[in-house]
Amino acid sequence: MDILTGLMHGFAVALQPANLLWCFVGVLLGTVVGVMPGLGPPATIAMLLPLTFLMNPAGAMIMLAGIYYGAKYGGSTTSILLNVPGESASVVTCLDGYAMARKGRAGAALGIAAIASFVAGTVGVVGLMLVAPPLAKVALAFSAPEYFSLMALGLAMVVLLAGRSMLKALLAMLVGLWISGIGTDPFSTTSRFTFGRLELLSGIDFVVVAIGVFALGEVLACMETRAEGQALPVPRGLRNLLPTVQDLKDCRFAFVNGSVLGFLIGVLPGAGSTIASFISYGVEKAVSRRPEEFGKGAVEGVAAPEGANNSETGGALVPLLTLGIPGSGTTAVLLAALVLWGFKPGPLFISENPGLFWGLVASMYIGNVMLLVLNLPLVPLFAQVLRTPGYVLYPLILGISIVGVYSVSGSLFDVSLVVAFGLLGYVMRKLDYPAAPLILGLVLGGGMERALRQSLMMSQGDLAILVTRPICAALLAAAVLILFVPLFNKLNAWRLQALE
Amino acid sequence: MKARNADLWSGLALVALAAYVVVQASGWDYSGPDGPGAGFFPLWYGIVMLVLAAALVASSLLHGEPKRVDWRGAGRALAVSAALAVSVLLFKLAGFVVGFAALAFFIVSVMYRRPWPLAAAVAIGLAGGFYLVFPLLLGVNLP
Repeated sequence: MDILTGLMHGFAVALQPANLLWCFVGVLLGTVVGVMPGLGPPATIAMLLPLTFLMNPAGAMIMLAGIYYGAKYGGSTTSILLNVPGESASVVTCLDGYAMARKGRAGAALGIAAIASFVAGTVGVVGLMLVAPPLAKVALAFSAPEYFSLMALGLAMVVLLAGRSMLKALLAMLVGLWISGIGTDPFSTTSRFTFGRLELLSGIDFVVVAIGVFALGEVLACMETRAEGQALPVPRGLRNLLPTVQDLKDCRFAFVNGSVLGFLIGVLPGAGSTIASFISYGVEKAVSRRPEEFGKGAVEGVAAPEGANNSETGGALVPLLTLGIPGSGTTAVLLAALVLWGFKPGPLFISENPGLFWGLVASMYIGNVMLLVLNLPLVPLFAQVLRTPGYVLYPLILGISIVGVYSVSGSLFDVSLVVAFGLLGYVMRKLDYPAAPLILGLVLGGGMERALRQSLMMSQGDLAILVTRPICAALLAAAVLILFVPLFNKLNAWRLQALE
Repeated sequence: MKARNADLWSGLALVALAAYVVVQASGWDYSGPDGPGAGFFPLWYGIVMLVLAAALVASSLLHGEPKRVDWRGAGRALAVSAALAVSVLLFKLAGFVVGFAALAFFIVSVMYRRPWPLAAAVAIGLAGGFYLVFPLLLGVNLP
């Protein structure tokens, strides 16, 4: 199927009334989640995942992806009005967005963030549409050793997802591998790490860990204080939210910069939207004629990072859908969702499920238009979400998490496990262990072990199979190189700066 | 050794976990007639985990600055976590609606120090809302 035919097919799927509704629900929920500091897209997607089992997979995927990219739009609202990023990718938007708001230009800042998000989000979808199918064809040559090397490369990306301590990121990833190994060995009847509990023989459901570590962990972290922030007022009326012609002129390069850099960085598993937004901000400042204005309310300082973090979404779906490699916590949850619905993300995914892939691509075009329409005139309404008191919001999140977990397994044991994983997620935050590597290890662990054991069966135990096949050797070499990033001072300083 | 050095304690916990993984994995087949056995993969990541966790312990002993933990904030979070655990027990004994209402009441009245009539209203409203939306509207069972 060529791209044009695929896209037409995709629009036929995405424009079905039910799928349009799920797209709307997804982008609306995503915007609300993006607006709320604390609750991120991985937590929301993990919480809603159990409920999607009742849905058609195309509608469910369209909705979950809508939450993913919708949150990027909403994330700028709190950065601009509250100086608190709604999600990590909007950290850099605080610098100029909040400064603009303090100068009485909150409306223009919110408007330019929405327009940049729309332009770059659309460019990201075009990139996904053009890059994913050919990449999937290349990956068709992969067998078990290549898959193992690819997953090793995915795990090596932990280095880029790590916080200040590489050791802690690697340890979190290994704990994820361990959790993925709990249950019955896939090649024999040996039960592993089950502590004699029958309930653990079939392993620990991904949903239990994801909801615990992300959603409950976040709620517990938010419970540390009962203080709530004060948002700056949002000007009412569409006219007050539209940027001036001069603003748009000033942002010409920022739109291109954010769109292109965001997509390219998104394609690299592990880099993530936070790094994309920082790099695009840095490039914008470096080429600006008035770099001294950055940090004091430069409109390009809002457009470039907001564009980059939206375009990154399209890029991040490329390795997820064509190679089955998630590059972040959110895409790891999306990967698990696809697996739980019975799909196998990888080189055959697009050819085996053209309706789902192209329907998703088409829905992202539609979703971006919906988001622009929602975000420009309705920003004051979304800002009201910030007024939801914590004592209503947090019990609500806890309730949805518990019901979500119970709806998957019907087991109170799993509900107890989710509480335990919530505590683990909280302790990890408290002690600076990043959660994304744990989820990456958990998602990739099972497949990686299977691929390694199949490779060694093929070679009758000879590990040389992993270095004598050219693609394998190249992927493993790339993984080793990435693991050495922290040893290069300049690269590591750039990584840490981006994280801060 | 300082009690507030969180890295040291978390490193020691991970050393214990890694040792458990290695000991368990050593008891399973490392290789069989068809290739690697059930113990192969866990043994290797267990060893790597043991080395890295030991490195974390060593680095926190040698260079680590005692990390101050905000125990007051942590106490609040742990209290909610304990309340959650109790509410799971209540789900078993009295059902979700009662257990969840009790949890919500605790959060609003104790954690947020709001007046009890407001706490009761939020608890009843949320628990009732869950009952209406999930079993009645969506047909999803509650614990």
